[in-house]
Amino acid sequence: MIKEAPIRENYEIDRIRGEFPILRREVKGKPLIYFDNAATTQKPQQVIDALTGYYTGYNANIHRGIHTLAEEATAAFEHTRDAVQAFIGAASREEIIFTKGTTEGINLVAYTWGRQNIKAGDEIIISAMEHHSNIVPWQVLCEEKGAALKVIPINEKGELLFEEYLKLLGPRTKMVSVVHVSNALGTINPVREIIDAAHKAGAVTLIDGAQSAAHLDINVRDLDCDFFAFSAHKLYGPTGTGVLYGKKELLDSMPVFQGGGEMIKEVSFEKTTYNQLPYKYEAGTPNIADTIAFKAALDFIKQVGKEQIRKHEETLLAYATAQLQEIKGLRIIGEARKKTSLISFVIDKTHPQDLGILLDNRGIAVRTGHHCTQPLMDIFGIPGTTRASFAAYNTRAEIDELAAGLQKAIKLLS
Amino acid sequence: MAGHKTIEEIEEEIVEEFSLFDSWDEKYEYIIDLGKKLPDLEDRYKLDENKVKGCQSTVWLTAEYRDGLVYFKADSNSVIVKGLISMLIRALSGHEPDEILGARLGFLERIGMMTHLAQTRSNGLLAMVRQMKNFSLAYKIKKHEYGRDEGKSN
Ligand SMILES: Cc1ncc(COP(=O)(O)O)c(C=O)c1O
Repeated sequence: MIKEAPIRENYEIDRIRGEFPILRREVKGKPLIYFDNAATTQKPQQVIDALTGYYTGYNANIHRGIHTLAEEATAAFEHTRDAVQAFIGAASREEIIFTKGTTEGINLVAYTWGRQNIKAGDEIIISAMEHHSNIVPWQVLCEEKGAALKVIPINEKGELLFEEYLKLLGPRTKMVSVVHVSNALGTINPVREIIDAAHKAGAVTLIDGAQSAAHLDINVRDLDCDFFAFSAHKLYGPTGTGVLYGKKELLDSMPVFQGGGEMIKEVSFEKTTYNQLPYKYEAGTPNIADTIAFKAALDFIKQVGKEQIRKHEETLLAYATAQLQEIKGLRIIGEARKKTSLISFVIDKTHPQDLGILLDNRGIAVRTGHHCTQPLMDIFGIPGTTRASFAAYNTRAEIDELAAGLQKAIKLLS
Repeated sequence: MAGHKTIEEIEEEIVEEFSLFDSWDEKYEYIIDLGKKLPDLEDRYKLDENKVKGCQSTVWLTAEYRDGLVYFKADSNSVIVKGLISMLIRALSGHEPDEILGARLGFLERIGMMTHLAQTRSNGLLAMVRQMKNFSLAYKIKKHEYGRDEGKSN
C-alpha cells in the first residue's frame, strides 16, 4: 500500500484506503493504482458487507411477504430510498425510482415521457459532450416521432457555448437533456442556468448525473431539474442499481414503462390499474441486494464527508494537471475552468491503447478509447484519449507513478 | 523469407526468443521494436474494407497470392499491435493456404500474450488471425475453382 502524509488536514487517506480491500492487491506484480474511477469506483468493505449481510441474513423478496425476512429486506430496501432522497435533496421519497443505472433512467424517460409528449416537428436539445446513453435514446425517439435532435456546441476547452444554447431554445424545444459532468473531459456544466433557460422556454429537463453524483453536491430542488439520473456503481456502490429522480407531478402523469408485478394495483383481463409512485416504475423483482448495499455506499460518503472528498480530489486534480503538463508532447483534452477530478489526454505519436497497455504493465489502470463519446472525439479530431480519473482513495504518490509510467512509455514508444 | 520453415517451426523460434526475456518490460520493448520495424502499409491499402474489426486501434490487413503461397501485409496505428501483427506475419506469411488454415498458433499462448493482454485486446488479436485465415480460405477456394495455375500469373 502506498503511504503518504495526508494531503489535507483531517483527511485520513490511509484509513480511507484501508477500507477498500481491492487496493491491497497487486496487478502485474505491482501494487494496484486504480485511476479508472469514472468508469466505476472500487467498493469499501461496508458495501461488500452489506451485500453478503443481505444474502446471509435476510434474503427475501420484498413488498409482498409478511414473514420476518421479507419485512427486513423490504425495510432495508426502502431505507436506501430514504437515503437517496436525502443525498440528492428530493422533496419526497416517491420521486426516487430505482433503475439499473443511468442508462435505464434516461431510457425510461425517453420511452414514457417522450412517447407521450414528443410530436413531429418538436425539438430535443442535448450537448456535444454527451455519453452515448444520453444520445441514442433520444435519437430513437426522434426517429419514431419525426422530431429533431439539436446539439449545443462546445469550445476548444471543452465548455458548452451558452449563447449558442440560448439560440437553440425555442417554442419547439420540448426537452433539454444534458450531462452534468462530462465523463470524457471532466467539464462541469452550468446545469442550473441551463435548466432555468429551458424552463423559460417551456421545456422539460433531464440531467445525466452519472459523473457528478460522486463528486458534487447534488440538490435536485435547487437545480430544479425535472429528471436526474445516476448510477450507484460510480459512487462506491454496487453495479446494476441506480436512480431516476423525477418531479412527482411529471412521474404521476407519465405512462408506465414496463408492465408486470410490483407496479400494479389491480389486474383483470379487462383492465389494470397501476400502483402509486415510486412502484409504478419498478416492475418485477428489483435488484434488492445491490440496492440495499447502495445505502452503505452513501453512508461511506457521508462518513468521509462529501466536501472532504471533493477537496481531496481537487488537490489531486491540480497536482496531476501540473505533473502531466510537464510531459513533453502531452496535450490535455478538456481544459474547462470548472472540472471534476479527471484528466483526458493524448500524447504525440502514441496511441492511447499502447499507453494503456504499458501502464497496465505497471499496475496502473486507466481508460483508453472514445469513452462512449464518439461524436465528442470527432469534434476534437482524435480517435480517443487516455483518461485518468481520481477518487477518494487516490494519492499524490500514485500520480507520481502515473507520470513516471508515462515518461517510460513515451521513451519506449517513440 | 519464411523459406522452407513450417509455421510450427517458426512458432518454436518465437517461443525460444521470448524465453530469453525475464520481464514483461523486456517483452514489450521487443514487441514495440518489431512494430517499429514492420514497414508501413502503403496508403492505397488503407481502405475501410481492409480494416480488421474487433480492435480498439485500427488495423489494416491485406493479402496476396503468389505461386501458391499467401503473403500478408498489415499496419496499425498502435505500435504494440503492429508488433503483434509482425509476429503473426512472420509465422503465417509465405505459406500455403492449407497450412495457414491449420495453424494452431499456440505460440501466442506460450509467450503469455493471451493471458497478459486484457480480454478486449486479445479479442483483437484473434480477429486478426481470423481475418488471415479468411484470406487463405478464399485463395484456397479460388485455386479449386480456377485450377492450380491461377495464382502463378505473376
Ligand atoms: C456521463 C455518463 N452518462 C451515462 C453513463 C452510463 O452509466 P451506466 O452505464 O451506469 O448506465 C456513464 C457511464 O459511463 C457516464 O459517464
